[in-house]
Amino acid sequence: MSESRTLAAPVVETPFMRFARQFAESRVAVLSLFGLALVVAAALFAPWITPQDPYDLAQLDIMDGNLPPMSESFSGTTYWLGTDDQGRDMLSAIVYGIRISLAVGAGSTLAALLIGCSVGLIAAFYGGRLENFVMRVVDLQLSFPAILVALILLAVLGRGVDKVLVALIIVQWAYYARTVRGAALVERRKEYIEAVRCLALSHRRILFRHLLPNCLPPVIVVATVQVGNAIALEATLSFLGVGVPITEPSLGLLIANGYEYLLSGQYWISFFPGVALLLIIVFINLVGDQLRDVLNPRLQR
Amino acid sequence: MLAYLIRRLFQAAITIVVMAVLVFVGIYAIGNPIDVLISPEADPAEIEAAIRRLGLDQPLWRQFLLFVGNALRGDLGTSFVHNEPALRLIIERMPATLELAVAAMLISIFLGIPLGMIAGLRHDRPSGRGIMAASILGFSLPNFWQGMMLIMLFAVWAGWLPSGGRGDTVPLFGVPVSFLTLNGLQHLVLPAINLALFKTALVIRLSRAGTREVMLQDYVKFARAKGLSERRVVLVHMLKNILIPVVTVLGLEFGSVIAFAVVTETVFAWPGMGKLLIDSILNLDRPVVVAYLMLIVFVFILINLVVDIVYSLLDPRVRLSGRAE
Repeated sequence: MSESRTLAAPVVETPFMRFARQFAESRVAVLSLFGLALVVAAALFAPWITPQDPYDLAQLDIMDGNLPPMSESFSGTTYWLGTDDQGRDMLSAIVYGIRISLAVGAGSTLAALLIGCSVGLIAAFYGGRLENFVMRVVDLQLSFPAILVALILLAVLGRGVDKVLVALIIVQWAYYARTVRGAALVERRKEYIEAVRCLALSHRRILFRHLLPNCLPPVIVVATVQVGNAIALEATLSFLGVGVPITEPSLGLLIANGYEYLLSGQYWISFFPGVALLLIIVFINLVGDQLRDVLNPRLQR
Repeated sequence: MLAYLIRRLFQAAITIVVMAVLVFVGIYAIGNPIDVLISPEADPAEIEAAIRRLGLDQPLWRQFLLFVGNALRGDLGTSFVHNEPALRLIIERMPATLELAVAAMLISIFLGIPLGMIAGLRHDRPSGRGIMAASILGFSLPNFWQGMMLIMLFAVWAGWLPSGGRGDTVPLFGVPVSFLTLNGLQHLVLPAINLALFKTALVIRLSRAGTREVMLQDYVKFARAKGLSERRVVLVHMLKNILIPVVTVLGLEFGSVIAFAVVTETVFAWPGMGKLLIDSILNLDRPVVVAYLMLIVFVFILINLVVDIVYSLLDPRVRLSGRAE
């Protein structure tokens, strides 16, 4: 890889530059990526940008409970998105909620990616009974909807951020195993793999240094969409009451908390966290759509 | 055909056995079965009796046989909360879930196919693009939040429709259904839309892709050349060929509609088996959770089996090529 980069003359596009140029052809995708970057930045710097620490009880004033959006507090600050029953500023709560939602979504996707890719690669490379067995397990798991698998796992495991993470990893690994195996089966027969085999490199090195990088494009597409799915699934599980605990309120839990107030017309407690959730998922899906078009070898120009 | 059928049934049987083993391991090896299957409020004598009845004092392989035997006789434990056989509780609530799922499927078919065909026929015009943008939104909207927004708009603000429950039911062949009474229908509308939205987005995508593929085929050109009206070309010649993949995918998706009904039923307090599952998880009513799990596995395997067989009837290539993949 590094040789090709040093050989390339300055005028020639590197693969990454070509990728970036093709990605930028869709204005919607670029805007989505920008929006996503903003959301991530907001989540990262939450303690410095939010008007209030929503989980520091000393900063909450019960007198400010259930205020509609744009109303002024007792002490004169404005609650742009209103407050919940405990007088918590919804804007701050949402930014903190995004933090947990993103961390759970991205964390579980990353772990599932590592596990699924390794299993899929090994299955495709060695073939035989091992491959058969692994793919049977994958087929079996994917014949059940993710939400059902996650619900059952959490019913057994109980509540907690770590348990939600475990459930989301178990739910997701099979997608990557299947995707990587599909790509690896094609790559395995190519000449460069034959060549590195002739060099008598260790299997581990062939698998992870040579085979894996060439299987990555489809995996990146699946992973992007999966982050969105994982975030939505976590929100759904938290809404159902089997997800994250009340001490770590994700967007789903914020929405669930506002449910009873919604019925009495106090829409903002559920509405704005939902909008935030929706925006994140739409951004991710739009970026994923464009990635699919750019990384699809059949559409490669 | 017979050989294919037998092989497919054999596969389904193996899957059921594998799932039974997994459930057994999940309850008996990881958790303590006494905690899982016997109510925490039971007194020592009751616990003793239950241990003997469930055979928990026996070696593991005999426990497994007992578990399988009990399951085959339909005995999957007794609910702690309702004090009724868990399986009966679930089956009592099954019609409500099925009614909701069927209503959602019908909405997604009758809304999704026409919209998808329009999007396919006019893929470069604003109407086509608008439909596709709406379908991306439909994919991205979190199901439960979308349901809550429906309640907010139509129940709280407009006051047109009820926010939850099932409304009046009348028995149809001994099964209570909502859709035959006006009140029941009003209760059904919002949950059905909520459950249908995701599948509608999927159907739109499928039928758009199908339309774009079919409209370039020779037989469509020929039908046009024959001087048939555009209406007939689209509604007969194209529609028929779009339907096959859409119906196949929808058949496979029926199971996932039942699974997602868990969310819809919770939002709309619809008394189906999904809501029962969530209530049971929250109340630690584990026999019901276990029974639901076994039942849903069975239902899924049944659905996959039926879809595969129907598909092999429609498309002979599947049968001849050995494996149904």
